Amino acid sequence: MSFIHVQAPGLLTTVQDLGREGFGPLGVSPSGAADPISLRLGNRLVANSESAAGLEMTLLGGTFHFPEAAVVALTGSDFGASIDDATVELWTSVEVRPGQTLRLGATRSGARCYLCVQGGIVVPSFLGSASTHILSRIGGFEGRPLRKGDVLEIGSATKSYRKRTIGPRVRDCLSPRGALRVTRGPQWDWFPESSQRAFDAAAFRVGEESNRMGLRLEGAPILRAGAEQMITEGVSLGAVQVPPEGLPIIIFVEQQTTGGYPIIANVICADFRRIGQLRPRDEIRFEQIELETARSLLIEQEKLLASEELILE
Amino acid sequence: MTEVARFQPASDRSLLVRFGHEITIYSNQQVRRLLRLLESEPIAGVRNLNPAYCSLLINFDALRLTHSELEAILRGYLFRLEDVRLPDPRQLEIPVCYGGEFGPDLNEVAALHGMTPAQAIELHASVTYVVYFLGFVPGFAYLGELPEALATPRLARPRRSVPPGSVGIAGKQTGVYPIAIPGGWRLIGRTPSEMFRKDRDNMSFLSIGDRVRFTSISSARFTALENA
Repeated sequence: MSFIHVQAPGLLTTVQDLGREGFGPLGVSPSGAADPISLRLGNRLVANSESAAGLEMTLLGGTFHFPEAAVVALTGSDFGASIDDATVELWTSVEVRPGQTLRLGATRSGARCYLCVQGGIVVPSFLGSASTHILSRIGGFEGRPLRKGDVLEIGSATKSYRKRTIGPRVRDCLSPRGALRVTRGPQWDWFPESSQRAFDAAAFRVGEESNRMGLRLEGAPILRAGAEQMITEGVSLGAVQVPPEGLPIIIFVEQQTTGGYPIIANVICADFRRIGQLRPRDEIRFEQIELETARSLLIEQEKLLASEELILE
Repeated sequence: MTEVARFQPASDRSLLVRFGHEITIYSNQQVRRLLRLLESEPIAGVRNLNPAYCSLLINFDALRLTHSELEAILRGYLFRLEDVRLPDPRQLEIPVCYGGEFGPDLNEVAALHGMTPAQAIELHASVTYVVYFLGFVPGFAYLGELPEALATPRLARPRRSVPPGSVGIAGKQTGVYPIAIPGGWRLIGRTPSEMFRKDRDNMSFLSIGDRVRFTSISSARFTALENA
């Protein structure tokens, strides 16, 4: 058995996989990686299944000591990683020799960086997933973010090291640009035309109080004409909820399963990963598209992930 | 009664099924019937279900299903809804120590309705509530209906953290906070019963469809039960 010693946890580092779907009737939301594409690709680089558990770091990465040899990959945002002072290339599998230390710093791009290790991070499975749900203290490593001194178990690594890297065209396709794409939310019609237009045209800033539960947006308020009360109903991942004061909240991976505020729009599946890379103070806009277009974009993204030029050896 | 169910896409991978636009026992039973049917005969590609008062949100894998394909399958399920038998409801009791530090809003709630705190407690504990659904966070049961005379709007400014076990009211709903979370419901008491425990067979103390009564206990009894 081999281990990772957490010498410094970083700002907020948790064990994540692709989440636990199917427990909505209990009020348990899926959680899972905030940028699932980066986790999936990281796992493929180290020859894991896409859904293996890795570490999700937020804004500031940690320092990890490896007493034994390991094969790792960093994906997502560039946190200026190095192993014993040698720079580590992002989106590429790397061999760690026994006794080496991986250090990450502050982000140079988006919000989250993923560390995947061949064999995966081993934690007790809760409702079929290793994903940490911070608010309800379930899953992951003791249901909480990592702390200094934690020792993580790595699953047995069976494959020999091969240098694998994500192809440049794929990286380029996955790099964020343009507006976040949304489809109309169930309560779109509850908003007067002026608010609908404002929502489509406005720029919002991601607020400091954003987290894995939701991203609070700042900007010109999106107001409703009436004060009609909504009956609480199920909330989808990526829903753009508008509380009475008019500042939208994007419902995110550690989401509430139900809610009582009107939902004006919903971010499309293909852009979930981009929500996961938004930092406080980032500026965003929304672009409304049709359901059919959203579906084609998702299919396109999955085709890209299945393409032969995805991983170069 | 299939004509009362309405479909609406909620996102590019979710579909809302609504049974009317008001909270009634009947519409909630329709939600429960559809939930039960979908749990016993799952549709390939459906990933998650979020029941609420009179709606069910169905999350699906958009690579496997489209909204219209899912709607077509669901129509077949809706035709059979009236034949779905719901289990007899469980009758459960939740002991509550009302007022004091456990129920910091009790006095204000009572005053708002021109009654004494003792009358407010009596009223809250006088009714058998229905668990309409679990939602928001793990194990949070939405209970109704609160007697009209106790119906109270949420706090204007939610608390940053509500202690687990807190019993709150909001509008005509009441419920128990299972974990420490921010919350805007008015707190009138606290129970020593654990609403959500991950190391228990029934992780959630309450299930959809249960019948619940609150009983008033002393703080000494609260401490005894908490340490039991």
